[in-house]
Amino acid sequence: MASLSEKVQDVFNEPGCDKNQAKGEKERKKGCTKQLTPGAAAGGCAFDGAKIALQPITDVAHLVHGPIACEGNGWDNRGAKSSDSLLYRTGFTTDINELDVVYGGEKRLYKSIREILDKYDPPAIFVYQTCVTALIGDDIEAVCKAATAKFGKPIIPVNAPGFVGSKNLGNKLAGEALLEHVIGTEEPEFTTPYDINIIGEYNLAGELWQVKPLLDELGIRILSCISGDAKYKEVAYSHRAKAAMMVCSKAMINVARKMEERYGIPFFEGSFYGIGDMSESLRQIAKLLVQQGAPEDLLSRTEKIIFREETRAWEQINHYRKRLDGKKVLLITGGVKSWSVVSALQEGGMEVVGTSVKKSTAEDKEKIKELMGEDAHMFDDMRPRDMYAMLKESRADIMLSGGRSQFVALKAKMPWLDINQERHHAYAGYVGMVELVKQIDQTLSHPVWEQVRRPAPWEAAEQPAIEAKAA
Amino acid sequence: MATVVTSHKACTVNPLKMSQPIGAALAFMGLNHCLPTLHGSQGCTSFGLVLFVRHFREMIPMQTTAMSEVTTILGGMENIEQAIMNIWNRNKPDILGLASTGLTETKGDDVDAYLKLIRAKHPEIADMAIIYVSTPDYVGAFQDGWSKAAVRIVQELAVPCDIKQLNRVNVLPGSHLTPGDIGEIREIIESFGLEPVFIPDISGSLDGHIPEDFTPTTLGGTTLEELRTMGAARATIAIGDQMHAAAIELEMKTGVPYAMFDRLTGLEANDNLMQYLAQLSGKLVAMKYRRQRSQLQDALLDAHFFTGGKKIAIGAEPDMLWNFGSFLAEMGCELVANVTTTHSPMLEKLPAGEVLIGDLEDLEARAKDCDLLITHSHGRQMAERLHIPFIRMGVPTFDRLGAAHKVTVGYKGSRDFAFEIANVFLANDHEVTPETWAEPQEHGTCASGGGCTSCSPDTQVAFS
Repeated sequence: MASLSEKVQDVFNEPGCDKNQAKGEKERKKGCTKQLTPGAAAGGCAFDGAKIALQPITDVAHLVHGPIACEGNGWDNRGAKSSDSLLYRTGFTTDINELDVVYGGEKRLYKSIREILDKYDPPAIFVYQTCVTALIGDDIEAVCKAATAKFGKPIIPVNAPGFVGSKNLGNKLAGEALLEHVIGTEEPEFTTPYDINIIGEYNLAGELWQVKPLLDELGIRILSCISGDAKYKEVAYSHRAKAAMMVCSKAMINVARKMEERYGIPFFEGSFYGIGDMSESLRQIAKLLVQQGAPEDLLSRTEKIIFREETRAWEQINHYRKRLDGKKVLLITGGVKSWSVVSALQEGGMEVVGTSVKKSTAEDKEKIKELMGEDAHMFDDMRPRDMYAMLKESRADIMLSGGRSQFVALKAKMPWLDINQERHHAYAGYVGMVELVKQIDQTLSHPVWEQVRRPAPWEAAEQPAIEAKAA
Repeated sequence: MATVVTSHKACTVNPLKMSQPIGAALAFMGLNHCLPTLHGSQGCTSFGLVLFVRHFREMIPMQTTAMSEVTTILGGMENIEQAIMNIWNRNKPDILGLASTGLTETKGDDVDAYLKLIRAKHPEIADMAIIYVSTPDYVGAFQDGWSKAAVRIVQELAVPCDIKQLNRVNVLPGSHLTPGDIGEIREIIESFGLEPVFIPDISGSLDGHIPEDFTPTTLGGTTLEELRTMGAARATIAIGDQMHAAAIELEMKTGVPYAMFDRLTGLEANDNLMQYLAQLSGKLVAMKYRRQRSQLQDALLDAHFFTGGKKIAIGAEPDMLWNFGSFLAEMGCELVANVTTTHSPMLEKLPAGEVLIGDLEDLEARAKDCDLLITHSHGRQMAERLHIPFIRMGVPTFDRLGAAHKVTVGYKGSRDFAFEIANVFLANDHEVTPETWAEPQEHGTCASGGGCTSCSPDTQVAFS
């Protein structure tokens, strides 16, 4: 079993990642995350990332081994939806106390596993390591191994304590845990030539269900989605899929690549955001399945559906186009690929006046340039103050971003739309893109803006007086 | 009157508790031009930040020393120094509130010593107050973190003042009070011609207003100047037992006498405050509040028909549990299930049989027959499973708007809360049917003799 530091190195050395491969030997060792600046850092830790990646598995118990902070301060806070079990929304933690820190928390962890099995009887338990328990040397892999042997249920260690790095690294370490302990441990009842895996899709706001009906119509079966709306056994037998799609950029590239290596499952990198991207993804899925032996008619059936869906989506978007034409959008996003959203917005007649490229690769940046022109405003790391200024000076009509920066827009009394994990609306597939355009239209034309921007009547009267006084 | 028990489970399920550092961070958020910073890994800050953003729906200033595996083992001095200098260079806050975490406490960083060395090395930051508080995640709870931060604010900044401000009163509010509550208490105190300064004052910074400019530090809250003149006040009012320690500390350092008010929801509790303020100021209670007192009396009379004998489940931090639990008991409710997060002298005084230091799983097990559940938003899954009405109280309230403006203190706040409670029971009153009083046929007799109106056919089956 590889040590944590070896695993981190292994994850950093990702041949599937072109950005990584462009680096020199020494640079690669440093990893793909920038050194954090104390006092000026933002974003979650590796544990956060690992939990984000695995928590969407719905029927297992997610047990956090650490002090109350790691689970107590942030449980049940993500919008991953389930079609069945709700156990994943139950918060389990060993909530270690001072004595555990002194004497070690392994016994408490073992007892906790037993209590969960007794009370909730899940098919498996995922045990998450955290900083404090890692620092005092609690060996969660050993405890999980002993518990698995004793109780006869898979108890999976997820060794990604917060202090090893960023959220993104945590995503990958979570993937490693699946590769090491889960994938390939069970067999499906039957397989079909149309079985695929979707990797890196978390079913936030139910987005998987915006795509699934089309796949169903084509007879394509999602053997396993890692990890949105997944059941434990589905992940365990995902190695029998014929092809895979990797969503969400580089978050789980190690899973996709290693599954190709180990089980010969070819994958492509795609996105469900944007009409063009959605069509391209369906095409790729069909192509890979046919390559793997599925009947050829899948290709033409796919084209038929793409034509039908695109036509319908365009019709619906056109309806908004008149109202949205020329509106300026500031797009600040991390997880969702910037360029796929850029093209969708352009489809709606809008102009993207700036976009963040913090997590984008060189290739992504080229694509953005292609779409937005040479003088595209790309921001590596836009400070909230700059976003505020940009909105306040009306260089943009609306900002699309994650929840954290929403108040930058709202306090500038400017329209804002949530396009990150906590969002309430689903924006995937053809229906999702129509929904996004509809939401933008609704936001822009909302009567609230005019009201809140209007100064109080006495302010207008006071202003000249104040100025006269100042002069 | 209650027996205090601690849960003996190894595994906490559905936590009620949150950790100390973010309680301390929230207290620091009530200081003006302050940047709360956690000395820990970036996740410690990130989880807290998301929590507060979802609760207050406001921009939350919070930073991190971004500790890694290696820096933890080598000691966090360098990271603290970098964090302080980066924050100073970028934001120039008046105050930097620094709270340790489980990670750095396990390592045993001597932050007090680090700060001395850093101060010696960087004379340019002399004007910035740095308040450090030790808040390991694995000890205590959110309320303790808030309380410790308040003590440290007093220790660092309170000085005896020769020149007194005759009308000034310090108010030390507990973490269970909302910005709205603080606003209400301020108005009450001001009605006696007194000038209250809240320490800390989240009503200035987190009351959901639209500032004219954008800053990365807190905007609003107690100013450094106000903190340095705590000693000039005539008296200190502490609200909630968690502020007792800070009040004592303030009296010891500055000689300003304090008065304790363990709660401010309910008739007697507010009578005590009014009486105290009248004596302190030598002024009569304003007509406005006499009227409000009368309204509260009337509200309690109107409500008592519906609240009497109702069974309540509360999951809250000790001071909030004491505040609402006591008031509900005064309204004739029975405190059946009481779960809290940490020790407090108030727990055994609660008019209930048992108070458990535990989690929401424990509360759920005890709340099955209750008529009302009161806890923070994480009670939503439980309320759905148990099919009982649910009032959200405390941090975090992420699935309802307006948590910051909820007022339950003063005569007016108590009146409105009494109505809210009574309305829940009114809304959930079971309609009677011809079968209500009939002897149950097939399933034997109901435990309460079949005479209870709230008992549905389903629960009768369960009883038999």
